[in-house]
Amino acid sequence: MAGAEGDDSLYPIAVLIDELRNEDVQLRLNSIKKLSTIALALGVERTRTELLPFLTDTIYDEDEVLLALAEQLGSFTVLVGGPEFVHCLLPPLESLATVEETVVRDKAVESLQKISQEHSPVDLEVHFVPLVKRLASGDWFTSRTSACGLFSVCYPRVSSTVKAEIRQHFRTLCSDDTPMVRRAASSKLGEFAKVLELDYVKSDIIPLFTALASDEQDSVRLLAVEAGVSIATLLPQEDLEDLVMPTLRQAAEDKSWRVRYMVADKFSELQKAVGPEITKNDLVPAFQNLLKDCEAEVRTAAANKVKVFCESLPEDSRETIIMTHILPCVKELVSDTNQHVKSALASVIMGLSTILGKDNTVEHLLPLFLVQLKDEYPEVRLNIISNLDCVNEVIGIRQLSQSLLPAIVELAEDAKWRVRLAIIEYMPLLAGQLGVEFFDEKLNSLCMAWLIDHVYAIREAATCNLMKLVEKFGAEWAQNTIVPKVLGMANDSNYLHRMTTLFCINALSEVCGQEITTKHMLPVVLKMSTDQVANVRFNVARCLQKIGPVLDSSALQADVKPVLEKLATDQDMDVKYFALEAISVITLINGHTVYDSM
Amino acid sequence: EAGVGGFYQNKKTFFSFFFILVCDPADVISTVEFNQTGEFLATGDKGGRVVIFQREPQGEYNVYSTFQSHEPEFDYLKSLEIEERINKIRWLPLHNPAHFLLATNDKTIKLWKVSERDKRAEGYNLRDEEGRLKDLSTVTTLQVPVLRPMDLLVEASPRRVFANAHAYHINSISVNSDCETYLSADDLRINLWNLNITDRSFNIVDLKPENMEDLSEVITVAEFHPHHCHLLAFSSSTGTTRLCDMRASALCDQHAKLFEEAADPSHRSFFSEIVSSVSDVKFSHSGRYLLTRDYLTVKVWDLNMENKPVETYQVHDYLRTKLCSLYESDCIFDKFECAWNGTDSVIMTGAYNNYFRMFDRASLRDVTLEASREVCKRRAVLQPRRVCVGKKQKETDVSVDSLDFRKKILHTAWHPKENIIAIAASNNLYIFQDRLTPNGHHNTPEIQSAPPKWQTQPNPPTY
Repeated sequence: MAGAEGDDSLYPIAVLIDELRNEDVQLRLNSIKKLSTIALALGVERTRTELLPFLTDTIYDEDEVLLALAEQLGSFTVLVGGPEFVHCLLPPLESLATVEETVVRDKAVESLQKISQEHSPVDLEVHFVPLVKRLASGDWFTSRTSACGLFSVCYPRVSSTVKAEIRQHFRTLCSDDTPMVRRAASSKLGEFAKVLELDYVKSDIIPLFTALASDEQDSVRLLAVEAGVSIATLLPQEDLEDLVMPTLRQAAEDKSWRVRYMVADKFSELQKAVGPEITKNDLVPAFQNLLKDCEAEVRTAAANKVKVFCESLPEDSRETIIMTHILPCVKELVSDTNQHVKSALASVIMGLSTILGKDNTVEHLLPLFLVQLKDEYPEVRLNIISNLDCVNEVIGIRQLSQSLLPAIVELAEDAKWRVRLAIIEYMPLLAGQLGVEFFDEKLNSLCMAWLIDHVYAIREAATCNLMKLVEKFGAEWAQNTIVPKVLGMANDSNYLHRMTTLFCINALSEVCGQEITTKHMLPVVLKMSTDQVANVRFNVARCLQKIGPVLDSSALQADVKPVLEKLATDQDMDVKYFALEAISVITLINGHTVYDSM
Repeated sequence: EAGVGGFYQNKKTFFSFFFILVCDPADVISTVEFNQTGEFLATGDKGGRVVIFQREPQGEYNVYSTFQSHEPEFDYLKSLEIEERINKIRWLPLHNPAHFLLATNDKTIKLWKVSERDKRAEGYNLRDEEGRLKDLSTVTTLQVPVLRPMDLLVEASPRRVFANAHAYHINSISVNSDCETYLSADDLRINLWNLNITDRSFNIVDLKPENMEDLSEVITVAEFHPHHCHLLAFSSSTGTTRLCDMRASALCDQHAKLFEEAADPSHRSFFSEIVSSVSDVKFSHSGRYLLTRDYLTVKVWDLNMENKPVETYQVHDYLRTKLCSLYESDCIFDKFECAWNGTDSVIMTGAYNNYFRMFDRASLRDVTLEASREVCKRRAVLQPRRVCVGKKQKETDVSVDSLDFRKKILHTAWHPKENIIAIAASNNLYIFQDRLTPNGHHNTPEIQSAPPKWQTQPNPPTY
């Protein structure tokens, strides 16, 4: 009897276990993701003695299965019997930490880091540390790279003898034969330094940092830059100059552009780590050099940091430094030969106006904005336009409007539809800042022209843009300026334009409200139900469905119902389909009041 | 007699290679490559297959794994067939017990993992080992599968596919010494990939002119320096080889060095540029030298001297008078590869008539050997061949006019440490081993000092 009952509850688990070896990867993956269910059914002892040994050897599987397994094992402690038995999880994670696939190894290391916290100090030394040592001295570089990420989690919790061993192992890996391991050590150096006693940071970490930062492989050197930033945050100010700065200065002038790029990319973090004095004396000239670097990639990375760097300069000398040191470089970048440099600069340059204030902005920055607004690359112009809000607060956008307009018009008519799409998306923002008058005068015609663009994505974005404009300027403005034009297109000879009218109505009915919709839009929609093109007719049905909630029930009953009923008998099956769909939806929202006769 | 013969051979040649294997893949071999330890040898063929040989403890190479790497495809946008032919194979440095290699056809590069499995899981809950469903009433406890030993199974699985980055045909791939990146080169561009990222690559060299009518040269080969991760060399159809430093800038259009020998104006002819096109470039293991192969010569360049090679070896100078007919038969466009031995002291390259050539750099002696079914009897020592212009001096001499130009040895490889060579001749793969190193322990073959008679160069042909 118990057996029969047992069968029922066993069955789903039995399926899960069998599917661990199914030929279909997806089924194996599903099973692995429910590993906790299997373990729960097996109980802690069988999980330890049978399931884990099996999993330890399943490293032949596909990456995605191994990845899921590595993740599961990180939260398996309870299922093997709690912290007392957590070390049982080490063998499968150890084998996962040696596979060739980086994502799997990283996940295994992450899970190992997690369960290391669940080890008692004794277990840590008896089980976990030996595993780290085994990985650190493994034959394959994969295991040694994994070891690099594990030192920092066990170091704080072991005896001083073991600590010395761990430091020794880390040192060894920093001078490993393979660049892969040196890269891993270099990228974990900062993390490891954080858990070391300050004396050891100075005596152990600094020499390692110096060595890695002058490694023969630039892929190793560039990772040392980030470590340098972390180390700098750990050291007292008076030691920075002697211990870290020589190496960082060397990195900023490295022969390899990739290393200099890394310095530029980490510049804000570096600035924060070394403090105001070193920033003034060292980083400002270094930053100038990066902005003038011979490699465009480096200039791009540095240009991206212009605003953040300036913002974080010490307040007492901020303006002087910017005006005398940074701004001259920025001026040169505005006419850089490389479009990515200019575009990076354009995305941050407007931010300088809040730092420099009104007068400086008008005198020094405004000319630069104007040059960039006329740049030959659309991306540069777009980046300026998308950040207009920063200047608006300082000097008001009117200062720019003379130059802004030609730039916008040109972008609006760009041959690349993606550029046109990008500028449409900034229209509501521009409209808000330029005001309704300026908009009506200069930009309204552009917005209407996009409605008949030959690319659908543009027409679609244009309808959405109209909705946002109405949200900004209100229904009355809509009724006077755009609704007549939109409705006029209903008589266009091109059916695509007639459909655009319907799409616009879809987008506008709600923001325009019941009155305009019923009075002005509905008659046009209804009239279009007799269009000779079926695509227009079924879009009428969809449109009616969409605007139904805005209309009152008498309009629905008197006007919409007969039209939809007629469309429901259309010869075209798509028209029929959408008409019937509209009928059922409108019936639902109206609580069966309208169509209860049908 | 045989012992004496062996000794005699040994005195005559600087290597006395004997034949250890001939393998006959289904299709014409298109590339041959040893891995870093020399324990494995991979070949790719015209049919898109990769065959991997493993060296047995006795020194023989046996087939380890065979798999279909590429399939024929069709580019519907350009209405072009994409052949499955494997253009190049490159092994990755060892990661773990599995082996990894990159194989490419004209358009797509694939990363393959070749691994061994010797265990399999046994024990299902709901079915027996034959896969039949069990009677559910007999299932009263849960069973966890157990792993049992089984016969060794070698599996090849595609790990990454690097596609859609080349508009022209890929001619080279090369793994960087940083073990993180590799390059792929086609006729006009060189791209840099990260081995872990398949959806983007960086274009580092672009020779494509604005107007294709201005096209003056194409890239023929590209290779990374063996130790310096920032250096790469690429050669062109105009006979130049450029060295680029990737530290200097992200785009390597500006070369750091240009290796080119000034052409002798008295020898200029219609064929000058065609025969100077570089068909292969190999860095020496030391990283100090570059070996380049053009149609008639192999040249050794010192990286520190750009204006002329430090050594030039004639591969088949007797063809200089035959360029016209070689042009008509398209043979003049054959792309011969070249190889260094493990200590950079000897150079090997292929020729016609199933001949291949070796040049000893120290003694300046050279030898012509033949790889063909007829001469390759098991463990037989290869006899040197001699091509003569004009009258035969010896019975065994071969006249230039009787050379078979359809039998060509384009692809050769030298074991990274020992004197074992692999020669691809049409659809045969020959592996030869120096008899001085039968067990693979003797690395530096003795080089005899007295030049033997057969090695004297034929009199320079008159033009």
